[in-house]
Amino acid sequence: MSELRYEAPKTLEAAVALLAGAQGLTKVLAGGSDLLVQMRAGRIEPALVIDIKGIPEMTTITAENGGFRVGAAVPCMEIVEHKAFAKTWPGLTEAIALIGSIQVKGRASVGGNLCNASPAADSVPALIAAGAMASIAGPKGKREAHVEDIVTGPGKTSLAKGEIVTSFFLAKRPPHAADAYLRFTPRTEMDIAVVGAAVNLTLDAKGVCTDARVSLGAVAATALLVAEAAAALIGSSVDDAALARLEAAASAAAKPIDDKRGTKEYRIKVVGVMARRAATIARDRAKGNP
Amino acid sequence: MDTPTSYPEKKLKVIGTSPVRPDGVPKVTGLAQYGADFNLPGMLWGKVLRSPHAHARIRSLNTKNAEALPGVKAVLTAADLPEQKFAYVGPERIAVNYWHMTRNILAREKVLYEGHAIVAVAATSQKIADEALKLIEVEYEVLPHVIDVDAAMASDAPLLFEDMITRGIEPPPAKASNISKRIEYKLGDIDAGFAAADEIVEMSFKTAPVHQGYIEPHACIARTDSDGQSELWVSTQGHFVVRTFVAKLLNMKTGDLRVHAAEIGGAFGGKTVVYLEPLAVALSRKSGHPVKMTMTREEVFKGSGPTSGASMTIKIGVKKDGKIVAADALFKYQAGAFPGSPVMNGCMCGFAPYDIANMRTIGYDVVCNRPKAVAYRAPGSPISAFAVESTLDAVAKKIGMDPLQLRLKNTAKIGTPLIWGPKHTHAGFAETLQALAKHPGYNAPLGKNQGRGMASGYWFNGGGESSATVSINEDGTAVVATGSPDIGGSRASTALMAAEALGIDYDRVRPIIADTNSVGYTQGTGGSRVTYATGKAVINACNKVIAELCARAAKIWKIEVEDVIWEDGHARPAGKKAGAFEPLSLKAIAAQRSATGGPVTASAAVNDGGPAPGFSTQFCDVEVDPETGAVKILRWVAAQDVGRAVHPAYVEGQIHGGVTQGIGWALNEEYIYDKDGHLINAGFLDYRMPVCSDLPMIETLIVEIPNPNHPYGVKGMAEANIVPPMAALANAIHNAVGKRLTDLPMSPPKVLAALSAR
Repeated sequence: MSELRYEAPKTLEAAVALLAGAQGLTKVLAGGSDLLVQMRAGRIEPALVIDIKGIPEMTTITAENGGFRVGAAVPCMEIVEHKAFAKTWPGLTEAIALIGSIQVKGRASVGGNLCNASPAADSVPALIAAGAMASIAGPKGKREAHVEDIVTGPGKTSLAKGEIVTSFFLAKRPPHAADAYLRFTPRTEMDIAVVGAAVNLTLDAKGVCTDARVSLGAVAATALLVAEAAAALIGSSVDDAALARLEAAASAAAKPIDDKRGTKEYRIKVVGVMARRAATIARDRAKGNP
Repeated sequence: MDTPTSYPEKKLKVIGTSPVRPDGVPKVTGLAQYGADFNLPGMLWGKVLRSPHAHARIRSLNTKNAEALPGVKAVLTAADLPEQKFAYVGPERIAVNYWHMTRNILAREKVLYEGHAIVAVAATSQKIADEALKLIEVEYEVLPHVIDVDAAMASDAPLLFEDMITRGIEPPPAKASNISKRIEYKLGDIDAGFAAADEIVEMSFKTAPVHQGYIEPHACIARTDSDGQSELWVSTQGHFVVRTFVAKLLNMKTGDLRVHAAEIGGAFGGKTVVYLEPLAVALSRKSGHPVKMTMTREEVFKGSGPTSGASMTIKIGVKKDGKIVAADALFKYQAGAFPGSPVMNGCMCGFAPYDIANMRTIGYDVVCNRPKAVAYRAPGSPISAFAVESTLDAVAKKIGMDPLQLRLKNTAKIGTPLIWGPKHTHAGFAETLQALAKHPGYNAPLGKNQGRGMASGYWFNGGGESSATVSINEDGTAVVATGSPDIGGSRASTALMAAEALGIDYDRVRPIIADTNSVGYTQGTGGSRVTYATGKAVINACNKVIAELCARAAKIWKIEVEDVIWEDGHARPAGKKAGAFEPLSLKAIAAQRSATGGPVTASAAVNDGGPAPGFSTQFCDVEVDPETGAVKILRWVAAQDVGRAVHPAYVEGQIHGGVTQGIGWALNEEYIYDKDGHLINAGFLDYRMPVCSDLPMIETLIVEIPNPNHPYGVKGMAEANIVPPMAALANAIHNAVGKRLTDLPMSPPKVLAALSAR
């Protein structure tokens, strides 16, 4: 019968050393809301579990250059209840607030949500739309990567052996900027996104969109950053015509599969609807943000 | 002592109040002992090997390596269980066939669904038991399978039982099929009825099997003494039923098996049968150790019963004035892997609320490769009601009549014949319709994409066998022991009735659920029978106790017992001795127990035939998102005749529960199978029962038309409330967007597809 080794390093260096030196299946444990479920279901049998909740820089939210640095293992509820963060990033906050129940969010982390590499992860499209940068520590030192470059497919990431995502950096916001995230689920909560759409945009003083990022979840093997959808908004006042172009671009970019959570046809249609509605919310929020 | 069958004129003091349940504090503090909370010294863990195939012949089974694994103490296969006679026993509506039952407990010749149990092992740890399961070698011949009911009825369908000849057809068909039984009920002349109709509506429907969705998975622990006596603690709706089944399946003497009902974390009909129980007892007998078994959620979904899915066609003929002149129904219900769907109930209940001179219902019980169907809240009735009540809505639309008025025009009354022969003997349906008609919400304006739908439902409610023992303690408190596991507040309701009968405070009554060998036989908790029938046993026992207390008072006063009456919890001298002595309280008499004759205790048993049926009528308002197909429920109003609300807050809770389960059934719950017959959503994440935020405020209108067959007017009320919701929602969606959904669940993709269809 297999044995499970559990380690709870107190420093990032120790965690990296454990990861780099590990033999057999090794899993990083933050909140465990994905990992423990997979282990209980017998889907994976790790030889080593590395609990990172004792590492200070991975479990704190700090101000940095007018923006925020969020530890990868910070429990979701801490983010949801962080008033300044929630005010600056309402869309990312609402995406995080949609993960599981309050109890699950008391454990689950954004780093875990990203590295679990589910195409349907709620926080990932919102992080990508926000332009979040991931800080990664590894045996060769530290590096930075765009969040959209981390996940490469269902259950797969671009992290090399020994590497771990330590934190996310969200840069200072210009005026008239806001984000929004909407997902579609048959239930109102405690569900997995059938589709998700995040929109982050910046308006000028006249209400013209100067910058936008649109990311879609659960419609491809990874969350998508859809430049065409963003282009539909940039230069417009985010009016009905621009929103219709955005909707069409989002549906066109979707490459979903049929599965137990939704059909291909349904996902293509509804991801466009969600993107349009999210853009409308982001626009109205941006207008209200001096 | 007979229960008086007249509704008491005197004012009730305790009944109709809503105190905290007697079992409440241990539950909210986490100390209540549920099925999985029991542990015994020397205990082993039992685990079950289950079929990975939907349908396969077992060519060979080798447990040698599992038996040899250190820590494994017993391995059980079907060869360890005695063969059972092939016979349907018991009343037809709930008949059991032990030949089938033993094959569902452990597969013999074939596995008939993914998750079908094949071998059970007991080992010193869960890990060793899991390891042992991996060492069992099973050679399968995989067979074609069939999941859908219409496909299972096709002439070329793979057969689950190669020799199954449909019952209920004369002469019997020559060819075997998956159709276990055909049922037909008729009243009047439907051809003449349809010929006289001004309008005829015919529609077909499908429903998905849905799981009862209890939060607590099946769990039990068994122990066996060296003299062969066994004891079992189990989460069940009927510990006497468990005793009967396990004793029969293991060929034990009934008296040698003592079963304790644990606290229960939900059941809804799903815990009226056995799965792990005979295995745990057999493993404990084989190993000599206590054996504990629990199911995972995945095992609950794959190995325990949902209620049937169905395929149905309804035809209704109506006069222009709304009088229904003919109704015809075809109900095809999935039984799952073994015969026994609730199609008979569907055939009986579908048109039961209505006075229709000419009607017919035909039902088919059909086996297919999924878990055997088990009772689920008003088994069978919600399924047929979805079809009938949706069709009635279309009928109302066709003749331009309000759907509630259509039902009022055709309401069954006392004396109206039922399709299976007898006549209605109780009122209550019209009153639920009138309650809704008077509700201000029924005519409130609706916004864009919003709609309103209503539907009604019928459920028999149950009586039957119950036992109770009431004992008076020296401090004047009372212990009420019954054999009814409490799944819906029955300790509160029986304590209230005992307090009312004895004339003492509610908190001086301690209700308990006695084990099978400590109180008389009691049928399972189901059919909304407990507050009614077990309640009558409790009241009868209280009346016996009161007679004894009067005798004790007579002894104390040295007067004739005929000169003592019981009033407001006191013995009073009466008749020629009226006023001769100060009244004696129950407490005062109890204090003199030893001196006046010893323990004051009485038992009573009933086999009750006087239950009154339940009627529920509900309306809901919805808003349909035209771009996603999502249905948001804005309002729900549920009227139900409950006879007498013994504990109004828990009555409301039952109505909320039934409506909520109906909403899940209507909108999202379904089993999703892959092409090989594997269930791919065996968990609460993807088997989408509603969560709190999916639900509206459910407003309850409690209608009280007393049942004259119960001293306090009680009618069962826990089930009728799940009957109307599916049709009410389908009718509301139609009202909102003009599209009729006939295929459950009405999930967002299906609604969106209906909206796109032009």
